Amino acid sequence: MEQFLQQLASGLANGAIYACVALALVMIYVSTDHLNFAQGEMAMFSTYISWQLMAWGLSFWVAFILAVLISFVLGVLIERIILRPLHNAPVLSVVVVFIGLLAICNSMAGAIWSYLIKEFPSPFPKSAFGIAGVIGPHQLGVVLVTLIVLTLLFLFFRFTPLGLAMRAAAQNPQMARLVGVRVDWMLALGWGLAAAVGAVAGIMVAHIVYLDPNMMAGILLYAFASALVGGIGNPGGAVVGGFIVGVLENMVAYAGNMIEKTTGVYIIGNGEKLTVALVIVIFVLTVKPAGLFGRVVVKRV
Amino acid sequence: MLSLLEVKGLKAYYGQTQALYDVGFDIAEGGITTLLGANGAGKTTTLRAICNMVRRDGSIRFGGKDLAAMPTEEIVRLRIAHVPEGRGTFTTMTVEENLRIAAYTNRDKGVVAAERDRVFGYFPRLKERIQQQAGTLSGGEQQMLAIARALMLKPRLMLLDEPSFGLAPLIVVEIFRILRRINEEEKVSILLVEQNAALALDLATHAYVLETGRVVMSGPSEVVKNDENVRKSYLGY
Repeated sequence: MEQFLQQLASGLANGAIYACVALALVMIYVSTDHLNFAQGEMAMFSTYISWQLMAWGLSFWVAFILAVLISFVLGVLIERIILRPLHNAPVLSVVVVFIGLLAICNSMAGAIWSYLIKEFPSPFPKSAFGIAGVIGPHQLGVVLVTLIVLTLLFLFFRFTPLGLAMRAAAQNPQMARLVGVRVDWMLALGWGLAAAVGAVAGIMVAHIVYLDPNMMAGILLYAFASALVGGIGNPGGAVVGGFIVGVLENMVAYAGNMIEKTTGVYIIGNGEKLTVALVIVIFVLTVKPAGLFGRVVVKRV
Repeated sequence: MLSLLEVKGLKAYYGQTQALYDVGFDIAEGGITTLLGANGAGKTTTLRAICNMVRRDGSIRFGGKDLAAMPTEEIVRLRIAHVPEGRGTFTTMTVEENLRIAAYTNRDKGVVAAERDRVFGYFPRLKERIQQQAGTLSGGEQQMLAIARALMLKPRLMLLDEPSFGLAPLIVVEIFRILRRINEEEKVSILLVEQNAALALDLATHAYVLETGRVVMSGPSEVVKNDENVRKSYLGY
């Protein structure tokens, strides 16, 4: 039972990370119709920035907030400088640029901070919480921080004028212009927010997977899976998808471990976690192609 | 009287296709002008050209200001409100949010609330449906919402693209009645593109007739209404 709860807790913590990155992906997809393949590497770069700030003596949370703010600015700059000229370019050109961005982020991180794996501190004290030693303090902290960030984002988009303008710009850019919204800047802000959310995910997960330039590659795959499961155009769905993928992959591994313990036969286990995630994606898309919460777009001919 | 909107030699292109060849007209402040013409004559293109939604050439001056190099959202901030073909309501947002977004350029919350109440004065039906999702409104209500949203921009000039399209005749009459009130009470000048020539000529004081991207006739609506060619081609008698 205890191991089950541990796996569940770990699944929720992983799911929180996937949810953040998936949300960043969906935010950019909804406003630009492009999948940002560089999202993971950008998050990794942000995590290195926070590491560097701590190496210079700043405390964890100060470094966290600063790194998130810097990531926001970098996201805005990337959209304005690199992506603005590509507004009307063919999809393939944009994909190539994203892959280039991915490579640049990865190489720069390696060049500046080397490829040696580094330890990353956890801000959640070992003693504080930890329900009967089942769920670790860091995991609980990750879920809490993620939920706070997601709630803040939700409130921002729902209740503030700027959030409303960004939603309008994403839904119908032409019409948004006709009510005076500066759509180009809304896109840049969307990128900034996505970069900031990615930074949160990276900084939170670094303690679990250790800091190195390739740490987000696998997580990006999980995030894509989560976004697809939730319905690629649905931010709420991406969050739910993240938790589903996180918990399911651990539950399947747990079930596999149990089977191995009782029968001695290794069918499935920790090595197949990513496989499980991708199988989930295939299953969901076969049964519900638009994702669990996606809307099927019917076009009038 | 100084012209509110002065258009000369307007050309417009969709990609390589030229849609407007030489369109020119003057709109005086306070009046209602209508652009008539058959399908494909270039009426919608003209409205889009004014707001820089299509590639265009020629001179467009609004209140003396040259609109040539301005992006759409800056033109709108000069207080030109464009109600496009198909209404353009934000379908996943509520009526309240649709109105609020139009007040985005206005920071003062108190003013925005007062504006909203004035707008509800013209469209009480919208007030009843304030939290309803815009996509679930009837066609007539969506058209009212689109016009209400344009009003929230406190425009000097309102561009309307076929407001009668797809609506029941009774609703159309109601909407046109409200448009007249808006013109008189809010002092909003109106440029109306309509296929329903009879209704448009009743509402407007001046009319221009477009054919394949050129103005072929213009004048006060009384004169245009009684022109033989117009009667045969657009009024059906």
